[in-house]
Amino acid sequence: MTQMFEPVIIGFTCNWCSYRAADLAGTARVKYPPNIRLIRLMCSGRLDPTFVLKAFADGADGVLISGCHPGECHYLEQNYKALRRFLLLRRTITQLGIEPGRLKLVWASAAEGVQLAKAITTMVEEVRALGPLNWKKLERTNGFHKQVDLAEADSEEVAA
Amino acid sequence: MSGNGKNRTESKERIGVYVCHCGSNIAGVVDVEDVAQWAARELADRGVVIARDYKFMCSSLGQELIEKDIKEKNLTRVVVAACSPHLHENTFRTACNRGGLNPYLCELVSIREQVSWVHTDKAAATLKSKAVLSGGVERVIHHEPLEPLHVPIQSASLVVGGGIAGIQSALELADAGYHVYMVEREPSIGGHMAQFDKTFPTLDCSACILTPRMVSVGSHPNITLLTWSEVTKVDGYVGNFEVTIRQKPRYVNTELCTGCGICQEKCPKKVIDEIYEAGLGYRKAIYTPFPQAVPKYPVIDPDNCIYFERGTCKACEKFCPTEAIDFNQEDEYITINVGNIILATGYDLFDPRRVTQYGYGRLANVFTSLEFERLTNAAGPTNGEVVLRDGITKPSAVGIIHCVGSRDRNFNNYCSVICCMQGLKFAHLVHERTGATAYNFYIDMRTAYKAYDEFYQRVLEEGTLFVRGKVAEVTDAARLPGEEGKLIIQVEDTLAGKQRRIPVDMVILSAALEPRHDADEVAKLFGISCSADGWFIEKHPKLDPVATMTEGVFIAGCVQGPKDIPSSVSQGAAASARVLGRIQQGEIALEPIRASVIEEKCSGCRICNDLCPFSAIIYHDDRMVTEINAALCQGCGTCIAACPAGAITGTGFSNEQVLSQIEGLLMLNLAPPVEILDA
Repeated sequence: MTQMFEPVIIGFTCNWCSYRAADLAGTARVKYPPNIRLIRLMCSGRLDPTFVLKAFADGADGVLISGCHPGECHYLEQNYKALRRFLLLRRTITQLGIEPGRLKLVWASAAEGVQLAKAITTMVEEVRALGPLNWKKLERTNGFHKQVDLAEADSEEVAA
Repeated sequence: MSGNGKNRTESKERIGVYVCHCGSNIAGVVDVEDVAQWAARELADRGVVIARDYKFMCSSLGQELIEKDIKEKNLTRVVVAACSPHLHENTFRTACNRGGLNPYLCELVSIREQVSWVHTDKAAATLKSKAVLSGGVERVIHHEPLEPLHVPIQSASLVVGGGIAGIQSALELADAGYHVYMVEREPSIGGHMAQFDKTFPTLDCSACILTPRMVSVGSHPNITLLTWSEVTKVDGYVGNFEVTIRQKPRYVNTELCTGCGICQEKCPKKVIDEIYEAGLGYRKAIYTPFPQAVPKYPVIDPDNCIYFERGTCKACEKFCPTEAIDFNQEDEYITINVGNIILATGYDLFDPRRVTQYGYGRLANVFTSLEFERLTNAAGPTNGEVVLRDGITKPSAVGIIHCVGSRDRNFNNYCSVICCMQGLKFAHLVHERTGATAYNFYIDMRTAYKAYDEFYQRVLEEGTLFVRGKVAEVTDAARLPGEEGKLIIQVEDTLAGKQRRIPVDMVILSAALEPRHDADEVAKLFGISCSADGWFIEKHPKLDPVATMTEGVFIAGCVQGPKDIPSSVSQGAAASARVLGRIQQGEIALEPIRASVIEEKCSGCRICNDLCPFSAIIYHDDRMVTEINAALCQGCGTCIAACPAGAITGTGFSNEQVLSQIEGLLMLNLAPPVEILDA
């Protein structure tokens, strides 16, 4: 197939920082690939792990979680809870056969439109390199479960 | 392409979809007609009964379109695909309300900031718009009618920054009868304007017009002036901010101090004044920055005070007639409650050392604009004499270089606005004070606004020479006769089309205005954002220049971008007008986004109990269930995400809403799925 694989990525953003960063990227006309579709939550702490699994199950090839920088949460400390859930989720999806690189956490303040656009661009390229997820199909055929080293997944730095 | 057999709940709603062209802002990249037609066709089974595209949905005609459809087509939900909800969510909610629909049954999805402005591939952008719209449609099905929460607005306000913009803001509010707290980092208010001598274009004395205002601030019964202080923490929200302020120790008891100034006379330690005198003059270790300072009380600079260095001296204490010196003062933290905040923290001057070819810091007679302001100031280090760095010699030729650090890709792209007029003012002062020849080296002369161009003509007639071209270098390396001992300005005269070397005695660099070095931190503290250049971002560049995206936080003066004094004053007054409007309303409607517990589902596991930083979650031991206090809940939703029983639900962002939005967003793939080869 000659056509390049275009991943679909769902991005969960915080109303106070990363959603505004996305707005700022727009106002500044910063370009990034159209593969990401954003959902606004009031806080990254609102991110129910179900949301991420639902996105993967419904066909997303990657999920981006973004919130305020540590120490700058609009709700004081709820982004730390998002961080905990993210680390746990990454272990979980790895056990379910999803590459940990398909789930990313990015901190972005409301002023960091350019940085968010860059992070999105990088993630689209990384997920494109991983290929389509087709999680449902994998489940059904019960095959193609890549062995992923859990320790390796955990040692990866949380994208700052 | 369309719905691929998801087990979605059936929709009984009648949904209206409105796709905005935003002129060519959206329509230039997204095929909006296609998006609207697609929604009418493919989302009909999701309840979409009408889908329209319109040039400007936010216009009154666009809003009327929605109102009319709600009435005529009995719409129960509205989805608008246009700009960011942070810009126009309220506009469309209000339109729905006028049409008789609960405003919270409207969803605004962003296809401008998040699609047309950031993507270039038209097909992909159109496809993404459809996906985003479909997400909005799925989400809006689960919306509930809500009522906004009304909270009272504190009538007191906080003004941060005591420059001319902040002073204007504070006086407007105080004169209207409301209390104002003004916080200033330096020992005195006045800001940059207090350092200037003359103000363009009228050449009235800066101190003469500013000092009365400063005195009014200092003595106004409605103003609490907190100088030598900084804001350290901001909690709460519009109408009810709780702000913590750190008052740095002055080591002077302001209750006892009369401002007589004896301590400053007796203090044996002289320090170069880097801030107020721009490094050209001295102050003592105990000082007021300038004679007209408000408040009049001095501060001790502990980094330079001999007592703090060696443990002896205390000359100030010995001579103080009112025993006001107190070496035991420490940081004091005070907490205030305010309804609105105005940020007027001003600018920093660009450090011209960064433009190495202009030799500032290396060549003695290269001055910054602020240094020259101090030289011409009658109360300055030279009593208003324009002299070279040696303090005696009057220059016979002066070169004024514009755009140092601005309109320059290496530093700042923006125009610093004031430099052209400032350069003209300097040329005039050079003529007046020394009779020297003045050269202005400019890229473009920008003398917009009232009486500015007339001033330009006047300075032209006075004989100032203008060379159009960006100066390449300022050097003391003489090559030609007549250049010895001079500073030579090497420039391409772009009007004459030739290289020139112009020897002068003094060079003044019109340095750029830059955002404060800590603008980022201040923005974070108050929950607002900075542009790529570092200036604070206004809510709308044309129509809402003093509000920010954070309700209750306003900006005025140079924090928003380079500005002259008249514009800063206008913004200061404008910000106050906005605040007064708020105070007059008495209360504000808040988004009714709150979490609540469905008691029947709560198992009493208490997992959520420790998650709330606002202590809104209470556990009832007797009934073994948890309850959320709606008054304390801020709506972050962390507890909702944590509840294993799904017993907590949140208005505006319920699980159903988000999960459905995910489904909607994923209805369309960007490309036909690539098949994986079976192993």
